[in-house]
Amino acid sequence: MRLRKLLQKVVDNFYFKRTTYSIVTLFGLSILIFAIARVLPGDPARLALGPRAPEDVVERYRALLRLNEPIYIQYYYWLVDVFHGKLGVSLVTFRDVATDILEFLPATIELIIFTLIIDVAGAFILGVLSGRKPNSLIDNFVRIFAYAGIAIPAFVWAIILQLVLANWLDLLPAYGRLSLGIEVKRITGLITVDSLLAGNINAFIDGIRHLIIPSLSLAIGCIAQEARILRANLIENINKDYILNLYSHGIPQSIIFFKYALKPSMIPTVTVMTLDMASMLGNAFLVELIFNWPGLSRYGITAMLRKDLNAIVGVVLVIGIAYTLASILIELLVSVLDPRVKHKR
Amino acid sequence: MLLELTNLHVHYKSYWYVFKVLNGVWLRVRRGERVGVIGESGSGKTTLLKSILKILPLNGMIIRGEIKYDGKDILNLGESKLAEIRRREVGMIFQDPMAALNPVFKVKDQLYDILKYKMISEGRNPSKQELYDEALKMLTDVKLPDPERVLNSYPFQLSGGMRQRVMIAMALTSAEKLLLADEPTTNLDVTIQDQILKLIHNLVIQKNLSAILVSHALGMVYQMTDRAYVLYAGDIMEEASTKELFEKPKHPYTQILISSAPRLSSKGISEGIKGKLPDYRNPPAGCRFAPRCPYSMSKCNTIKPEPIELNKEHITCCHLYG
Amino acid sequence: MGREADLELRYLELEKKIKRENLRRMWFRFKQSKLSILGLSMVLILFFVAAFAEYVAPYPSHAGLYINFRDAYKPPSLDHLLGTDMYGRDVFSRVIFGFRYAFMMIGLVLSLVVPTGVVLGLIAGYYRGTFIETLIVRLSDIFIALPPLVLALSIASILEPNIFNAMMAVSLMWWPWYVKLTYSMTTSIRNEPFILAAEAQGASTSHIIFKELLPIELGTILTKVTLDAGWVILIGAAISFVGLGAQPPTPDLGTMVSEYSKYLPEYWWMSLGPAMGIILIILSFNLLGDGIRDIFAGE
Repeated sequence: MRLRKLLQKVVDNFYFKRTTYSIVTLFGLSILIFAIARVLPGDPARLALGPRAPEDVVERYRALLRLNEPIYIQYYYWLVDVFHGKLGVSLVTFRDVATDILEFLPATIELIIFTLIIDVAGAFILGVLSGRKPNSLIDNFVRIFAYAGIAIPAFVWAIILQLVLANWLDLLPAYGRLSLGIEVKRITGLITVDSLLAGNINAFIDGIRHLIIPSLSLAIGCIAQEARILRANLIENINKDYILNLYSHGIPQSIIFFKYALKPSMIPTVTVMTLDMASMLGNAFLVELIFNWPGLSRYGITAMLRKDLNAIVGVVLVIGIAYTLASILIELLVSVLDPRVKHKR
Repeated sequence: MLLELTNLHVHYKSYWYVFKVLNGVWLRVRRGERVGVIGESGSGKTTLLKSILKILPLNGMIIRGEIKYDGKDILNLGESKLAEIRRREVGMIFQDPMAALNPVFKVKDQLYDILKYKMISEGRNPSKQELYDEALKMLTDVKLPDPERVLNSYPFQLSGGMRQRVMIAMALTSAEKLLLADEPTTNLDVTIQDQILKLIHNLVIQKNLSAILVSHALGMVYQMTDRAYVLYAGDIMEEASTKELFEKPKHPYTQILISSAPRLSSKGISEGIKGKLPDYRNPPAGCRFAPRCPYSMSKCNTIKPEPIELNKEHITCCHLYG
Repeated sequence: MGREADLELRYLELEKKIKRENLRRMWFRFKQSKLSILGLSMVLILFFVAAFAEYVAPYPSHAGLYINFRDAYKPPSLDHLLGTDMYGRDVFSRVIFGFRYAFMMIGLVLSLVVPTGVVLGLIAGYYRGTFIETLIVRLSDIFIALPPLVLALSIASILEPNIFNAMMAVSLMWWPWYVKLTYSMTTSIRNEPFILAAEAQGASTSHIIFKELLPIELGTILTKVTLDAGWVILIGAAISFVGLGAQPPTPDLGTMVSEYSKYLPEYWWMSLGPAMGIILIILSFNLLGDGIRDIFAGE
């Protein structure tokens, strides 16, 4: 009896529900990706091997992919392979896709994490500054910056920043993750971490210098959007009764602003970060291409341009899982900020 | 005289419009006196109370007028002196406790900060334990069962009645001289309204507070106050001792108000008067009630009626008596 | 009988008057913001320019394949406002034609995506608590589980790389967002008294969905459509930029940025033109969208 109650409690738990839903969605996503790889192209075997491949080779490959079986059987075998970490072999380089992905993934992780740091810091500072003094000079600057951030695509930012900061002003390197001649032994694959582990400060600084422009191009749009949302919510909340109530008790302004107004205002800002995370992961494909960044996205773009089906599927799958994890994390963060979320329904 | 407002004009500025809400309001509270303000929703009662503590929203502006509290000029008082008054002397019960309690902080977070700064201004530096004891005592004073649980709850986890009691406890921490109560029972179930009303009534008498009770529940004002003001669309229509106001109302608006309300019950004003409140963006030039007034004359539309002293305790603003 | 018909007529007239009055109020609210007016005029001008590109562009023949090496790599001048490219084509003319492609993309994607998404969202919200709702909502959640650009890129990469297929890929990834929007609005008003009353009176499902629910949600949908017009260009440009969309010599803005950015930094004017074109379109639609949001914000 008590066990049943406990079970019921677990099932009703907010985090449990959220995670189950994500797992179900991920399964759906696997069907979608499978459909992209096997259904859309018409004949995947012919697509993979190119128009000039002899018919008997294509036929053998078709048998290998089990293309002659019913579609759900194909999906079953494909999924079993995915669960065993088998993403197949690149149709162009004949290298193992899973190995390749592990090789390139850390560079993208490092780029995204660094972007997130810049994004959160920038959005927070700009949002608070403009929300504290609406219509001030800084607020107007943020407003213009926000329109620029929305209207200028990340890949245009990338080109502009590369041109200005790297080519003209020569402040920062324009390509790659490390300068020539600097080498770091690969442990985690994250250059900043590996260089610190090796005690190589020069490499660490060089790694950071290479990260700045790509991260900035990815972050600017998100910073602009989040700063505007934070500002709007601060201005709205500062006039709410729950703030005026605290004013009526003579609580110092700084405490009211930074404790009682900031926390509820951050909730919509953090919520929108799911969408910004999506745009970061998407734009990373272009930014890594522009900066010749040896990451998963550039690997993915190369695969896409060569119609390397197995590699495309692998990359999309990994990004799908990563994005799902990121959204769960963001929702956790929101539920920490907003206790009401957990108690709904 | 504890509190004296003269000729108060308050405007709200939105992006496109100016809402001219308070239009030369006056109000007096003697020491130990309970004063009522009655009027429909939207007639500027909340604005009036918020002006007294200078806690209007950022777009609300006190254009003209004077607020004298205990001999001090509130509008020109330094921030720290004002904080003293807000922390120790004047407290306000907000209309909707759900809106007036921060939804993402526990009750104790907000109550502790309120108590902490009050104690600091009394020259004490409270420890966590002291804050806890004091908060528990405040919540017990307002007859909250299980105050410990309430302290550790978020506002949305409490019932409407409990939230209002928390709100009252907060207001009382600061209200050692004057309590401002803004429609304290409007957002509550009928069964709970009476309890809350009695609670406020008892506390005010027990602590010998002066109070302004703003309400459209006439019965409540009748039971609890010594003197009352009638506010309509940002203008004071009539001022008299509560008894006289209810028994011999002079202003047409007051007459309709009182006759249309179910006699002296604690229900709100029924919709006995045709028409709507005027548009504050472009209010009538003369008497703001003129468009709805059954006795309206031509000069009512153009000339704002001056206060007329009918007797020492009874003032009305109406051309009928001029 | 005559009296009733008369009343009916008067009622209809009154309704018309209220509608006219509402429109007037909306326009009043819209024009309060100078930025909305700016957005509207910019969108109109860009549309006009795109529609009459042959007459507006100084060198209409430069839009596609055209080679004149003598004029190649010329910096901006009065003859060539935005300079010329590596084949001697006038960049300004090509950008003008780029606008035409941009509006075609917007029209194609939104006309596919908006009706599909909105209808599915309305249906899911109307049949709340049934398997229809679960099916539609789960299906859209699956599409939303991938970052939009990643999904669009991967679909585009499987198809032949051209502008039409790129737009198909974008459409395929976009519709769930409209499902989400209308679904959440519909569920929140689904059980309002006036909907239940209409149901009780025996109004048909399609009447409730299209005549009762849809009109209420139209404002928000319209706002999103306008803001999304800019996003279509953004995503379309991104797909073209990596080479999975329109192929040269199509005068598509994203393709041009990609083609010309290889000549940076020496021949900066080549990339500048199409990049500014992209920014201009996105900005105009965003300003307009904000204005439209203002219109409905007060309702």
